[in-house]
Amino acid sequence: MPDLGAYWLEVMASYVISLAILATLVVLIWRRSDRVRRELSETEARARRAERSDG
Amino acid sequence: MSLWEYANPKKFMDTTGPLVPWIVGAAALLMAVGLIWGFFLTPDDFRQGSTVRIVFLHVPSAMMAINIWVMMLVTSLIWLIRRHHVSALAAKAAAPIGLAMTVIALITGGLWGQPMWGTWWVWDPRLTSFLILCLFYIGYIALWQAIEDPDTAADLTAVLCLVGSVFALMSRYAVWFWSQGLHQGASLSLQSGERMAAAYRWPLYTCMVAFGLLFVALVLIATRTEIRARRIKALQTRARLREGAA
Amino acid sequence: MIALLGRDLRLAIRAGGGFGLGLAFFLILAVLVPLGVGPEPEVLGRIAPGVLWVGALLACLLSLDRIFALDWEDGSLDLLATAPIPMEGVVAVKAAAHWLTTGLPLTLVAPVLGVLMNLDAGAYGWLVLSLLLGTPALSVIGTFGAALTVGLRRGGLLLSLLVLPLYVPTLIYGASVVTRGAEGLSVGTPLALLAGITLGAAALLPFASAAAIRINLR
Repeated sequence: MPDLGAYWLEVMASYVISLAILATLVVLIWRRSDRVRRELSETEARARRAERSDG
Repeated sequence: MSLWEYANPKKFMDTTGPLVPWIVGAAALLMAVGLIWGFFLTPDDFRQGSTVRIVFLHVPSAMMAINIWVMMLVTSLIWLIRRHHVSALAAKAAAPIGLAMTVIALITGGLWGQPMWGTWWVWDPRLTSFLILCLFYIGYIALWQAIEDPDTAADLTAVLCLVGSVFALMSRYAVWFWSQGLHQGASLSLQSGERMAAAYRWPLYTCMVAFGLLFVALVLIATRTEIRARRIKALQTRARLREGAA
Repeated sequence: MIALLGRDLRLAIRAGGGFGLGLAFFLILAVLVPLGVGPEPEVLGRIAPGVLWVGALLACLLSLDRIFALDWEDGSLDLLATAPIPMEGVVAVKAAAHWLTTGLPLTLVAPVLGVLMNLDAGAYGWLVLSLLLGTPALSVIGTFGAALTVGLRRGGLLLSLLVLPLYVPTLIYGASVVTRGAEGLSVGTPLALLAGITLGAAALLPFASAAAIRINLR
């Protein structure tokens, strides 16, 4: 751990807040990506079933 | 072989799919290297003390905040002129990332300004321009969310992005006119590489590349998500039509 | 086009709506600000140019959503789209009507509110001139925002969010004309830039607004 001297609070806060924002962004994008991917495979499976039953 | 082939959603998905893990990996690696280098291994500046370390977050995020808007402008133009859906969706996917970058730049700037200038916030031209850019991002995202029909939303946000870019540029010059600032000039420029000591320059370059890669990775993932969401919608419409026919 | 202008003006005045409301809002703001910041004449005189400009801008914003809303609801906008005059013309006329019913009255009452705000004696002329030059830009830019949000149910709040950042350059140059005028400095640069924004916006933005309307009517 480097010695941050008198300004340790500002430096730490910058890193913590920035990384928190980036992490939130990544998690949000990732979760939405996962959810949509799952929904798409379900919808596609349903569409294929419907097509078969139409035959 | 031309660039426009990637405008085909299928082709876009097939090409970017295998690339995404690599870009994510590279972004994560460079981000870790750059930030650890910047945080643990750089000396204190003789005037700024340890706050010089904030630069490794502030400069890359500020750079990306502007670059992402430019990217949205280009993709909006491509959508308006050539009607490639991938382009419009990429602009939509980029906006929240740009907003996050703008917010990071503002917060780290304030945290740096408090010990250095003695205040969290000054109405300095650069700071003010960024606040205005932040408002433009919020308006753009809000317009996307407000409109239901996807093509109408894409069209209207593209028009807003075009007009907004002109006004953002005008605001920048207006703000310069309005107040001469505290903010130092660009931290990096091609002509005056010696402005910043080498000890800070290389970790900073690493962080800038890392932020760039992070943006590319996130925008690819988000664009792929949007394309999938669009396909779900299309399939559901088709299913409903089939039920209607039956 | 003249007929359309006349129709819009009559509607605005008869329906009451935007016409009186904007002026009343402007007046209330000029009363509330001194109540908020205290009655010291020097303080009020210093902030008067900015407050009056911000007030005019917000008063303008109030009536923006009415520019297209009524025509959209009763379908006259579709008729106008198929009319022989181009959409750009319709949009420009709408902006002109909005300016005549809000921008112009605001400009005319501004000096009276200047008295309330203890505005510097030398600045009255510049206040009227800057508002006269600047408010058309507010109307034209606002028409663009209204065109973007015309099809939305709760467009009003979104409209302000979209339009206010676009108002920044106009506000900066307009208020600085008055501030500099009050201090007896030269006002040529901001005045020329303000006029430039108004002319540029009036020349180019109707195309963007018309495009937005066409997209919304599709």
